[in-house]
Amino acid sequence: MNAPLSPVELIKSASRRLRGTLLESLADPVTGAIADADTQLIKFHGSYQQDDRDLREERRVAKLEPAYSFMIRTRLPGGVVAPQQWLQLDAIATSYANSTLRLTTRQAFQFHGVIKRELKATLHAINASLVDTIAACGDVNRNVLVSANPLLSRAHAAVYAHAQALSEHLLPATRAYYEIWLDEEKVAGNGEEIEPVYGSTYLPRKFKIAFAVPPTNDVDVFANDLGFIAVIDNGELVGFNVSAGGGLGVTHGEANTYPRLADVLGFVTPDQLIGVTDAVVTTQRDFGNRAERKRARLKYTIDERGPAWFRSEVERRMGFAFAPAREFRFDHNGDRFGYTQGEDGRAHLTLRIEAGRIADRPGAPHLKGLREIAKVHRGEFRLTPNQNLIIANIAPTARAQIDALVKAHGLDGYARATPVRLHALACVALPTCPLAMAEAERYLPQLLGKIEARLERHGLRDAPISLRISGCPNGCSRPYLGEIALVGKAPGRYNLMLGADAHGQRLNVLYRENIDESEILDALDPLFARYAAERDGSEGFGDFLVRAAIVSIKPTTAQAEKSA
Amino acid sequence: MSAEPIHALIPLPEDKAGLLMRLVDGLDSATLNWLSGYTAGLAAAHAFAPAHETAPLIAVESAPQQQLTIVFGSQTGNAKRLAEALARDAENAGLATRLLRADAYPLRDLKNERLLYIVISTQGEGDPPDDARGLVEFLTSKRAPKLDELKFAVLGLGDSSYAKFCAIGAQLDARLAELGATRLFARGDADVDIDTVAKPWRARALASAREILKATAPLATVTPLRPARAATLWTREKPFAAEVLANQRLTTRDSAKDIRHIELSLRDSGLSYEPGDALGVWASNPPALVDAILGALKLDAQTAVAHEGQTLPLRDWLLDKREITRLAKSFVIAHAHRARHDDLDAIVASPVALPRFLSERQSIDLITAFPAAWNAQEFVAALRPLAPRLYSIASSLKHVEDEAHLTVASVAYRAFGRDHVGAASQFLSTRAIDSRAPIFIEANERFRLPQDLARDVIMIGPGTGVAPFRGFVQERAAIGAQGRNWLFFGNPHFGSDFLYQVEWQQALKRGQLQRLDLAFSRDQAHKIYVQQRIRQSGRELYAWLENGAHLYVCGDATRMAKDVHLALRDAIAEHGGKSVEDADAYLSRLVSERRYSRDVY
Repeated sequence: MNAPLSPVELIKSASRRLRGTLLESLADPVTGAIADADTQLIKFHGSYQQDDRDLREERRVAKLEPAYSFMIRTRLPGGVVAPQQWLQLDAIATSYANSTLRLTTRQAFQFHGVIKRELKATLHAINASLVDTIAACGDVNRNVLVSANPLLSRAHAAVYAHAQALSEHLLPATRAYYEIWLDEEKVAGNGEEIEPVYGSTYLPRKFKIAFAVPPTNDVDVFANDLGFIAVIDNGELVGFNVSAGGGLGVTHGEANTYPRLADVLGFVTPDQLIGVTDAVVTTQRDFGNRAERKRARLKYTIDERGPAWFRSEVERRMGFAFAPAREFRFDHNGDRFGYTQGEDGRAHLTLRIEAGRIADRPGAPHLKGLREIAKVHRGEFRLTPNQNLIIANIAPTARAQIDALVKAHGLDGYARATPVRLHALACVALPTCPLAMAEAERYLPQLLGKIEARLERHGLRDAPISLRISGCPNGCSRPYLGEIALVGKAPGRYNLMLGADAHGQRLNVLYRENIDESEILDALDPLFARYAAERDGSEGFGDFLVRAAIVSIKPTTAQAEKSA
Repeated sequence: MSAEPIHALIPLPEDKAGLLMRLVDGLDSATLNWLSGYTAGLAAAHAFAPAHETAPLIAVESAPQQQLTIVFGSQTGNAKRLAEALARDAENAGLATRLLRADAYPLRDLKNERLLYIVISTQGEGDPPDDARGLVEFLTSKRAPKLDELKFAVLGLGDSSYAKFCAIGAQLDARLAELGATRLFARGDADVDIDTVAKPWRARALASAREILKATAPLATVTPLRPARAATLWTREKPFAAEVLANQRLTTRDSAKDIRHIELSLRDSGLSYEPGDALGVWASNPPALVDAILGALKLDAQTAVAHEGQTLPLRDWLLDKREITRLAKSFVIAHAHRARHDDLDAIVASPVALPRFLSERQSIDLITAFPAAWNAQEFVAALRPLAPRLYSIASSLKHVEDEAHLTVASVAYRAFGRDHVGAASQFLSTRAIDSRAPIFIEANERFRLPQDLARDVIMIGPGTGVAPFRGFVQERAAIGAQGRNWLFFGNPHFGSDFLYQVEWQQALKRGQLQRLDLAFSRDQAHKIYVQQRIRQSGRELYAWLENGAHLYVCGDATRMAKDVHLALRDAIAEHGGKSVEDADAYLSRLVSERRYSRDVY
């Protein structure tokens, strides 16, 4: 392809392995921003430059630049963190960020509101807690997901170990991060480090990997570029079914951008994991579109050249063929709330955290509550891929104390919330995300209240409907896999999508375009009525809409596999 | 017999000659001089009237006629891309073209444009792209100039799934026509399939531009006769009622300070100023304070009081004619006589306590703490006349034309159990747009930019002291001074008090400011002020001075000026290898060479 490279490619190649002019930008006292090119590079270091969009206009007329700040995201494979680490991250939230912790849909923490002159100190502090932020954003492999609360403890531990190893294997080799943030001495060859997997300009776009432990598909494995579905035999991990080519990002009005679910390629054994990963990642590295970023994800690479080409290229690079895929089944892509018990007898308590935002609010001091829990908890914390939190591995003797703390700080909402509230996801959107076209996180409570009221009217209070809202079509809250989804188009206006399943194996479709809240509720109301009257046993809402031909869904490859 | 009737000497028809005689009868020389300037201005304006049949003379300072300007407002890059493509087409066709993003377009150029294309997208529910907010605001405001000589066309981009499809393009298209400009061809409204409309629009735009620019034959440029500088009618005693054009808070809502940017119109006043001059403002006192004082003294607001030839209601004396915020020693003494309070008498007698009392309190504090009986007449007589307040002008006429800008800190604090405000800062900060303020120019001959444009300029202006330096930088940029500019600025917080931040960033980017040193005192555990920055850059500062730079300090007199002076002296001593005495002498020499000027208050 002879199209000119996108400007971001030129920035990467001129950056001396992601250094750019970050040091100069950090030292410039006249602005709270960093140089334009550096805003692309800092992503690879785990940070995004943002500004408070609520204040943009009033600052502009006051002849002030936007209120710039930085979001920082942790690299945390499988979302596992120790109580001591929790306490350190909590302290960072209060001293450097906006006194909240945000749990993401990729099992990571986000800090918002860090100002430039405190950025280095903040990253120092994060790294001092033995958590880093490398490659949490940018054109590289992102945070690796692992099913957070499977029933099978031993296999889960094995999967988690593989995920960690894979995340480390895919870390960029550049020392830029350590030099810039952690004052590491510059060594010979800096600026020219060999990147064995990524090459000198990294990947064409982000790359997402997830490990699922059936029957839990909380990670929405088919929404990832590369997925590993654990195959477990007699409690032992024997290998993985490999899926590739999933990705959800879309651009409004561009028909050649679309969400895609991954195709299952076949089966590999655990020792083949790194080999298959390198093969897929380097294929994307070499063939992904570097001219047009909105067509750069692996899904488009596969669709442009054809799945057969892709399989054969990957097998060529691996040096072996995929074994036939083994059977698997997913029953749900949500979280299981409250107490669950692993096969090893240890208890896990899954709390619901609305939109993943941990903050102290009147009557609900969640940040403080979790800090108190972290002080006494001897197990670990696990962030779920659905923006919730598991207090994992609670000893029987600790349960009472933990329960008391949970209750005292209003963290026991999980016990009373309706299913639709429990399973709802929202991306951050305003006021910090520069891409947001409409509200998501800030609007979720109000939206849920209205939806619950309508459901109640139709006797559907306990219907486990998955509702997801995104402020823009990039889809960070995985809206295209929601039974009901709102995808932001303009302030107060959304595309209403319907009809996904509750397993993460069927995408939804557009039902109404660019409508406001009252139109959304008016569109849903008759559907709720029909669902209440016509549903077949415990049939899901999305499945009902498809069966009743209210929405019509083209079967995807993944779905065809499922029914095969 | 008298001489020939004077009418015969006047080249006017008889009725107009008579009118003229009646008009000038009894006018003083100031007014007569103003009249001569007024009529000279009319004469110049007539020479450039566009209705003239013959080929119009071209004013020298306008942008050249033979140029196409393309302005784009773009959020996602589509409008930008189209505008760039059009600019390329025009350039390839040999047409002089300039291409500007909306937020980089100098609004003052608009009245001089002759051929303008706008490519602009509409966001969401009918909003302009961020980079075009300023342009749209300006064009739709009453400050937009008449555009009778402009030819234009607009291409709008949008998404027809929204109700307000291409609303901004339509708004600008209509507004330009409303301002008198000529629409060359119909507006284009491009939907998401952009090229369907954009391609033909671009073709028409190129064709029209070629037609217009080729057809304009170059004309001889003529330097217009400048009307004689009118001796102004407006003075300190007869202030000009300047219209308030803008009253914009510069500090954020969470700042401890309320500092405002005020723009006043000098149009038709004949007033002019140099950078470094001050604007005098005759502020009225806050009505609430007047009423509080009347209440405390139990005096009737409407009582007529005659004093020094004027009779006015008591309230009007206190609103407009008398100093009621700042305390004067004479008034305190007069009040003490009436109050007969031992504590107050002790204060008045103390050479230490009295000055402190005068500086810490306003008259309302005195009156309420130490009640006394006053009658209206004596009260008015005892108070000092209201004095105008002076503000360093924060603009250059060469940049803002007929305006004067001010940077005003609202004095507001709580003390002795009540809220206090400063009279003039309260007056200015509460002026609504379109209201008027009585003002005059107070020249400041001792605070002037160097005549030699190659000289460097060092400006130290923390807080509102930065005001005249905004004018300095504007002026030096407008006249193309080759000397370098260095500004030291400080205030409590970067995020909330960085006065004119975006303008300084632009000045640095455009090479109109070479160095900007900042000190935000409360952004870290230890306080940092401009004097620390002076010490930190002492070596370079001394080098600039040795190279002939002029040094300026503006701002708070009480502590800042002294600390800055010491820092300068120490920097000169250290980097010039001098003793402290010699460094002081160095600074004194700069003063006598008129290279070290201070405007401190």
